[in-house]
Amino acid sequence: MTVQEERQTTTGTAWEGFVPGPWCDTVDVRDFIQRNYTPYVGDATFLAGPTERTDALWARLSAMFPVERENGVYDVSYDVPAGITAHEPGYIDPASEIIVGLQTDAPLKRAIMPNGGWRMVEGALNTYGYPVDQDLKKVFTEYRKTHNQGVFDVYPPNVRAARSSHVVTGLPDAYGRGRIIGDYRRVALYGVDELIAAKKLDKLTLDVEPFSETVARAREEHAEQIRALGELKEMAASYGVDISGPARTAVEAVQWLYFGFLGAVKEQNGAAMSLGRTSTFLDVYLERDLAAGRITEARAQEIMDDFVIKLRIVRFLRTPEYDALFSGDPTWVTETIGGMGADGRTLVTKNSFRMLQTLYNLGPAPEPNMTVFWSADLPQGFKDFCSQVSIDTSAVQYESDEEIRTAWGDDAGIACCVSPMAIGKQMQFFGARVNLAKTLLYAINGGRDEITGAQVSPVATPVPEGLPLDYDDVRARFDQTMDWLAATYVEALNCIHWSHDKYAYERLEMALHDKDVLRTMACGIAGLAVATDSLSAIRYATVTPVVDDRGIVVDYRTEGDYPAYGNDDDRADEIAVDLVESFMAKVRSHRMYRDAVPTQSVLTITSNVVYGKATGNTPDGRRAGEPFSPGANPMNGRDTHGMLASALSVAKLPYEAAQDGISLTNTVVPAGLGRTRAEQITNLSGLLDASFGAGGYHMNVNVLVRSTLEDAMEHPENYPQLTIRVSGYAVNFVRLTREQQLDVLARTFHGEI
Amino acid sequence: MTTCLAPLDAPSARRAGAGLRGLATTDVERSERLELMRSGALGSVHSWELVTAVDGPGTRMTVFLSGCPLRCLYCHNPDTLAMKDGGPVLAEDLLARVERYRAVFAATGGGITLSGGEVLMQPAFAARVLRGAKERGVHTCLDTSGFLGANATDEMLDDTDLVLLDIKSGDEETYRRVTGRPLAPTLAFGRRLAERGVPVWIRFVLVPGLTDDPRNVELVAEHAAAIEAVRPGTVQRVEVLPFHQMARDKWADLGRTYELDDVEPPSAEATEAVREVFRSRGLTTY
Repeated sequence: MTVQEERQTTTGTAWEGFVPGPWCDTVDVRDFIQRNYTPYVGDATFLAGPTERTDALWARLSAMFPVERENGVYDVSYDVPAGITAHEPGYIDPASEIIVGLQTDAPLKRAIMPNGGWRMVEGALNTYGYPVDQDLKKVFTEYRKTHNQGVFDVYPPNVRAARSSHVVTGLPDAYGRGRIIGDYRRVALYGVDELIAAKKLDKLTLDVEPFSETVARAREEHAEQIRALGELKEMAASYGVDISGPARTAVEAVQWLYFGFLGAVKEQNGAAMSLGRTSTFLDVYLERDLAAGRITEARAQEIMDDFVIKLRIVRFLRTPEYDALFSGDPTWVTETIGGMGADGRTLVTKNSFRMLQTLYNLGPAPEPNMTVFWSADLPQGFKDFCSQVSIDTSAVQYESDEEIRTAWGDDAGIACCVSPMAIGKQMQFFGARVNLAKTLLYAINGGRDEITGAQVSPVATPVPEGLPLDYDDVRARFDQTMDWLAATYVEALNCIHWSHDKYAYERLEMALHDKDVLRTMACGIAGLAVATDSLSAIRYATVTPVVDDRGIVVDYRTEGDYPAYGNDDDRADEIAVDLVESFMAKVRSHRMYRDAVPTQSVLTITSNVVYGKATGNTPDGRRAGEPFSPGANPMNGRDTHGMLASALSVAKLPYEAAQDGISLTNTVVPAGLGRTRAEQITNLSGLLDASFGAGGYHMNVNVLVRSTLEDAMEHPENYPQLTIRVSGYAVNFVRLTREQQLDVLARTFHGEI
Repeated sequence: MTTCLAPLDAPSARRAGAGLRGLATTDVERSERLELMRSGALGSVHSWELVTAVDGPGTRMTVFLSGCPLRCLYCHNPDTLAMKDGGPVLAEDLLARVERYRAVFAATGGGITLSGGEVLMQPAFAARVLRGAKERGVHTCLDTSGFLGANATDEMLDDTDLVLLDIKSGDEETYRRVTGRPLAPTLAFGRRLAERGVPVWIRFVLVPGLTDDPRNVELVAEHAAAIEAVRPGTVQRVEVLPFHQMARDKWADLGRTYELDDVEPPSAEATEAVREVFRSRGLTTY
């Protein structure tokens, strides 16, 4: 009996009707999808609205949101350290839930996750007025070392200095790194027992290798993975569900897959806990049940709606400092939708539509982070539905299918905002970002901080006093300072991920990966537009530094006009390209922990506000403390030649030098897209085609009028579901800090008269 | 050539783009410049912008030319009135940028729109750009008041896929008060476009107290319908654009007297009522 025949007998009818292939013999979800999915090239008319049950369940949860918004949290499970099996089963309404499972024993109740660091836990409990369990504190400060302690044991002084001066910020050294996507589909397709068996086989191959630190670490990690899978089964069993075998129906497939994801978010408070690329996978099961007459379209949608309700209430306990960086309580349950397959067939299925339809059935929401892989080759019906959903909800982001497919294959998904990875085969070491604008100021000031005056980067002679800045001179100084920055930054990241693997290993997420994974070291830069425009000003206008009595350049007199980044003007844009390429090259020259492949992103999330706060006056005319533009965006108001010209400038940044993604957030007023709804939809689809056709990597699309946001600031209670895209994710506008709301309002609204 | 052009007015109900980023401006001698302008090789350009949905179908590269013979009281681009204030731009440089956006135009169903100022102040330059765009397979559009319609040669109109024709008022006297010029050339141009089979979008800016008299509105609709009657299908749409005050600062910056300081934009209801006047004549109106 072959392995395949054997498995078919043992798993009964679970795979009945599926086209067999290599996926039957080894864990290979992509192969399963390719052999079994049904591309859908029609339009959205088949979709069903919400059922009464869905409306009632969502209303019940919605009634809890105002309290959560008011208090910051709804409830906290303050005395039980999180784990896959740590909490009793929890329900919203057991009688009506189709897909079950909550992070703790009640909806919106947040867990504490001390493995990342006790300080974060204690800070959060104090903030929200919950008691600190002294026994737990003792465990996690005296007996059990945390990731946070591990990192600070190995940080060298130069890293600490760069960190406290905010030239390197947001590092995951006190919280979970996240941005790892377990292939949760494997739970549904194979069942947990098969996955454990496969992991045990992998471990055997490690057991026969002679000892080395690398081999021992891999063995230990595999042991942890196998243990986590066992706990996953146990957790599901507590809900009365046996997931040891493969899912037999669509509703089971969703439930199995969700349990896999739930296990991950029960245990890890990662910066981003993304879902992967699940809609098209699940479509195979839905199609099978639809064809057999087991379910109707309304039921198929109801199952997806219920799934999405669960994804919307993933919560983590975080501190106000964290919220200042990443505002609005994001969890980045990113779901990748659509795209094209390597064989030229579209990966759009009816379930791609259903996933987006949840934004109508449940109303707009920031999570799950709906991410469409856009290609000119997508079926027109799907393109137009995406555009329509963007116009109605501003809750969709788009990424370049071509760039991602070419680099990482056609079963890649996005972690967080713009970070692509092959699902189950690749993970990243999340590295936050460095502040390029501030680095430029260090270059001008001979390594001294423009605010504190402290020497942070190596001593160099400052620029000559009283003379206009010379471009070549400043660029050369900048280059040297970036050398220092890259070295310091990579050192910090190596320390962090060494420690994270040791003290806060993502055992369940990694159990849903292959044995050998590709690791990337995901560096990042912020302040690209400020640095670019500053250099452009130095080059094309006359910029004279203003020195204070400490001998530090604290301001600039800029005379004359200079080309600004964001107007499809090569003079400015080539400076941006040069910065991205040269910093990437510097990063690449260093040795990475676990031989990770270095990448970088041009992404800030909402931290553009915090980075701006920590940065003095810049030669482009930006005042000290003013926010940077988000991600790779041009500076607000300087992109005067229209939304597409702005996007075309950003599209020049080469993906090859920013393989962790380049984020662009655009806001356009509805009238800027057309007179009629049909015209607006056609034009938005056309704009996306044009932008991605020109080599664009990402676009957040907001279709909004300014007055809506202004009114929402005055009357937040009227806008509980107002969703906007910021840098790489969506938030409830009313949950942003006032400062961040004002930053959003200050952005360019394209098409505004 | 520039001296005879008194600073006057501009048309459409939207701001001009800002700047000439990415377009080379040339530094040729004055005498040579005049020669180049006469031949159409060089134009006086205020700015360009990539816009969607406002200056014709799809996403368009709208080029605002400098210089206008009208002096509309409500002008929204008063900074494009004087030809001498524009930047000297070679037609070939402009076309290089059109070339660059061919894929954009193809993806969005867009093209190039020549606006102003008044595009027909620089007919040789406009003709050259339109010809170049057509040679590149790009959809072309003129945004004009039609006052200088006689400057447009038949060859130039053959290279024009769409005309956005501003009818600033229907009543002769009101037209003169709004623009300082007579209405007849605009209507003649409209008829000529219809005869030649050039599609037209009619635009009308609704300014309370200035152009909103029912009789005036009725006459604009009548003129639009008359153009449509010459060759049915000519007037593809009418756009009624509510007046706004976004240009007030520009007038102040330019030190010009602005007569509409106290005028409020029309209400949504009033604008809709005016649109109905056009619709009642069977015209597709937004």
